Amino acid sequence: MLAIDEVTVLGRQNRTIVPAQILSGEKLQRLNSHSVSDALRYFSGVQIKDYGGIGGLKTVNIRSMGSQHVGVFYDGIQIGNAQNGTVDLGKFSLDNMELVSVYNGQKSDIFQSARDFASASAVYMVTRRPVFESGRRNRFNVKLKGGSFDLINASALWEHRISENLSSSANIEYLNTSGKYKFRYHKDGGYDTTEVRRNGDVWFLRAEAALFGKVKRGEWQAKGYFYNSERGYPGAAVKKDYGISLLNEDRQKDRNFFFQGSLRQEVTDLYSYKIQAKYANDYMNYVMPPESTVQPMDNHYWQQEVYITAANLFAFTPWWTANLSTDFQWNKLDADGTDMFNAHFIEPRRYTLLGAIATSVNLKRFSMQASLLYTYVHDRSARRMETAPDKNVFSPTIIASYRPFEKIGLDIRAFYKEIFRMPTFNDLYYVQLGNRLLKPEYATQYNVGVVYSKRFDKGVLSTLNLTMDAYYNEVKDKIIATPTSNQLVWTMVNLGYVEIRGVDVTFNPCFNIGGVALDARLSYTYQKAQDFTKEKDEGWEETVMDGYGDQIPYIPWHSGSAILNASYRKWDFNYSFIYTGERYMLGNNTPVNYIQPWYTHDMSLSRNFPFKHAQLRITAEVNNIFNQQYEVVKWYPMPGTNFKIILSLTL
Amino acid sequence: MKGFYLKWLTVFIGILILAASCRKDDPVLPSEPTLVNPWEQVTGDIYGFFLLNEGNMGTNQASLDYYDYETGVYTRNIYGERNPYEVKDLGDVGNDIQIYGDKLWAVINCSNYVEVMDVNTVKHITKIAIPNCRYLAFKGKYAYVSAYAGPVQIAPDARIGYVAKIDTVSLQVVDECIVGYQPEEMAIVGDKLYVANSGGYRVPNYDRTVSVIDLKTFTEEKKIDVAINLHRIQPDNYGNLYVSSRGDYYEIPSKTFIIDTSTDEVAYEFEDLPNTHMTLCRDSLFLYSTEWSYITNDWTVSYAIVNTRTREIVTRNFIKDGTEERIQTPYGIAVNPNTGEFLVTDAKDYVRAGTLHCFGPDGIRKWSISTGNIPAHIVFTRKKLQPLEK
Repeated sequence: MLAIDEVTVLGRQNRTIVPAQILSGEKLQRLNSHSVSDALRYFSGVQIKDYGGIGGLKTVNIRSMGSQHVGVFYDGIQIGNAQNGTVDLGKFSLDNMELVSVYNGQKSDIFQSARDFASASAVYMVTRRPVFESGRRNRFNVKLKGGSFDLINASALWEHRISENLSSSANIEYLNTSGKYKFRYHKDGGYDTTEVRRNGDVWFLRAEAALFGKVKRGEWQAKGYFYNSERGYPGAAVKKDYGISLLNEDRQKDRNFFFQGSLRQEVTDLYSYKIQAKYANDYMNYVMPPESTVQPMDNHYWQQEVYITAANLFAFTPWWTANLSTDFQWNKLDADGTDMFNAHFIEPRRYTLLGAIATSVNLKRFSMQASLLYTYVHDRSARRMETAPDKNVFSPTIIASYRPFEKIGLDIRAFYKEIFRMPTFNDLYYVQLGNRLLKPEYATQYNVGVVYSKRFDKGVLSTLNLTMDAYYNEVKDKIIATPTSNQLVWTMVNLGYVEIRGVDVTFNPCFNIGGVALDARLSYTYQKAQDFTKEKDEGWEETVMDGYGDQIPYIPWHSGSAILNASYRKWDFNYSFIYTGERYMLGNNTPVNYIQPWYTHDMSLSRNFPFKHAQLRITAEVNNIFNQQYEVVKWYPMPGTNFKIILSLTL
Repeated sequence: MKGFYLKWLTVFIGILILAASCRKDDPVLPSEPTLVNPWEQVTGDIYGFFLLNEGNMGTNQASLDYYDYETGVYTRNIYGERNPYEVKDLGDVGNDIQIYGDKLWAVINCSNYVEVMDVNTVKHITKIAIPNCRYLAFKGKYAYVSAYAGPVQIAPDARIGYVAKIDTVSLQVVDECIVGYQPEEMAIVGDKLYVANSGGYRVPNYDRTVSVIDLKTFTEEKKIDVAINLHRIQPDNYGNLYVSSRGDYYEIPSKTFIIDTSTDEVAYEFEDLPNTHMTLCRDSLFLYSTEWSYITNDWTVSYAIVNTRTREIVTRNFIKDGTEERIQTPYGIAVNPNTGEFLVTDAKDYVRAGTLHCFGPDGIRKWSISTGNIPAHIVFTRKKLQPLEK
């Protein structure tokens, strides 16, 4: 599964030098997951920050470099957020998802936009493409899910073949949950309390429509996406008296839509091109009502993005290719908040120009890709206020793979990558926080690993995949928030320096035992992510801790997952296990900052009921079987045992 | 061959289950004592001091530390082990600590309550719920607590603040008095309570007044116009109040004013005396400032002593050994009235554990110790803290 070729999905015969971690198709759908972020927990090297519940914020951090270093791509085009640089993956449904993959460094497919070269690691989400059984023009699917937290989730999909070379897909999904669940805090020999998570309700409506076309030696795709939601933020479950405190009344409304299209064509054997374009429009409203005891707020944010890219592939010989791609991106952020906010808000506009040249050599036992990315960023204020100076940065990458023995499926791979992340609009310009003098935050990555895969014709074991990677990352000029004179007045500085050393292991054997197909997927991650930020307060006596060299907050030393999947005739069984080891919050690895390990066991059982022209599938899920009371982020309690029933009808 | 792989699979799963089974019971955290001052055994009627760490907002890490002058031992995190059944320890964001009679009072801002403890044992006595409570003051039979969250005012959608009056015998709120927006520190002179209104939630329409409450009737008598975003208020020995204004972090700088309580008017404005925090010892007003400007994206830290008799600035730096260069974010100050030694806390980056520095009256550092997260509020005790009964 790990070495799956992406041909079926992306349609181009360019072997990626370093394969990604992939979850796709049935395997992806069988996971007991609500959203893409839940599925990403099974990848090695990935840490999800989950603020609890169904609607809470979920961000992804790959190899401890920080969530702003992760590029998130939806059907080939990056999802931007110039405002804060992170994408909330809890908002992306698995309902119509065909594939989720994670790349360290970059996707080593050469034929790609400059954006694909421009993040330290990347998550690619690919939605379902229409597939028709012979002679059929339509395919319908209706799904209904219900379960704990008063969850109701319904979706409908219609795929239609318009002609030989043109098909369409339309998909709509609605979700509503109260987000209410009980949780318990218990100290051995001390207090014991059970509370209810409140203000965690969510509803969303998502609608997507797409056209898929074929042209001579190529194909095109056009897509529209719409998302509308409202959710409550339950906040931290700190000590409080609900009789008087209304701290967690925060509400967020989102309305996002985007249109995107792509066209790819092989003009001659030598030259192919790919053009992609996107327009995105995002509105967000964050409210802290005046009835709450804290500062009332009613902020509105409008973001727009225009993105266009052209990639040009030159296949000089069957084994030597080169790519030249240029991207242009325009971002705009408008906001409306308090009078003070409006008076100081600069209304930023950002013009980004990216250029990438890359070349790739694919010999029988040796492959290599080298790329150089150029980034130019110019910020402007619509109110003619001062902005950050222009940025000009070159970032190189080298990726190589070598097969030492012709007859053994063992590859050695390595990469070196330099990349940076731009300070976001919030980092630079947020009123009473931003610092427009910030420099970009740089990440340097070194990775070396092995991949072993083998297929067996006889016996119980049918296939086997094993990967092992060791890596070293440096993050310098890390952008961190720092306070000024009190807890309410913060600013951003380029202070941090972090070194990360880690090992990722994945192991994926598939068995066939007397008609039972058994698929196991195990992953393990070790990470030592140390904060070596130099402070002015060094050299005290030993009664003063400095935290220098301590593990950074929320990164466990050990984490891992296991998925076991068994299919027998019309039955499917899935068991999944996730483990996150001990870790610390805040800055020092001290007892008060210690956070317990957590691990959850989830199970699901499905049965298919085939009819003449239809298929019904019923699934029952139970999650967190042992009702472990755990937290991913301290004081954001996660749900205990919970259930779900899924009905899926395909016509 | 197949047996071989199955065995490895079993081993791998076994390892995962083993790794998974190492979740320990969550214990009540013990306190952490450290000997910091083996050279001195100071006696006199001050036996020690309590330090309240604010804890970063939303982390539930308000904590209480104690320093014992007799032994020179500083002990971190003493509340939990003495009160294991208090749910979630002290709570979220400690904002003030005071001793009155036999009781130790702590204001826990974001947990919306005032914790009352026995000052001899630090045993919990009761909780008094007050929304968004900020600071404490005492007089006679009553305690007074300023609070941000009074009723919602219609016009700018912000709540007006109030001062709660608590009977120190019944430990119940007996009265409330509406003051300005987001009231901060209070001072009592004679029968009048003065409270500095910040209006910090209403930027740019900051409050700029000190409310004067007549304690006999517990009503607001008048408002004294001072400057925007007031915070600290400190009485001297001559019937004056020193009041600090935070400024707006843009054009208007932080400043210090004097209110004459005989006229209830602003009597003096210091030129160039930014003020984040101040404390009085006899006629010496120690103050420091950490002033940030969003215009220059830069900040200035300064320390000063004002002679409250002459209103002269005695020194522009009371730390004499260069330690100030190594303090990142001064966040609390206290002066021992018996010995004249003073304490300065460093909240650092607000994320890591803070540091407490103890200086002799000569301004030379004597010892330093790591505290909890965001060390901020210090109170000296004249009662011996009894050791924990095991």
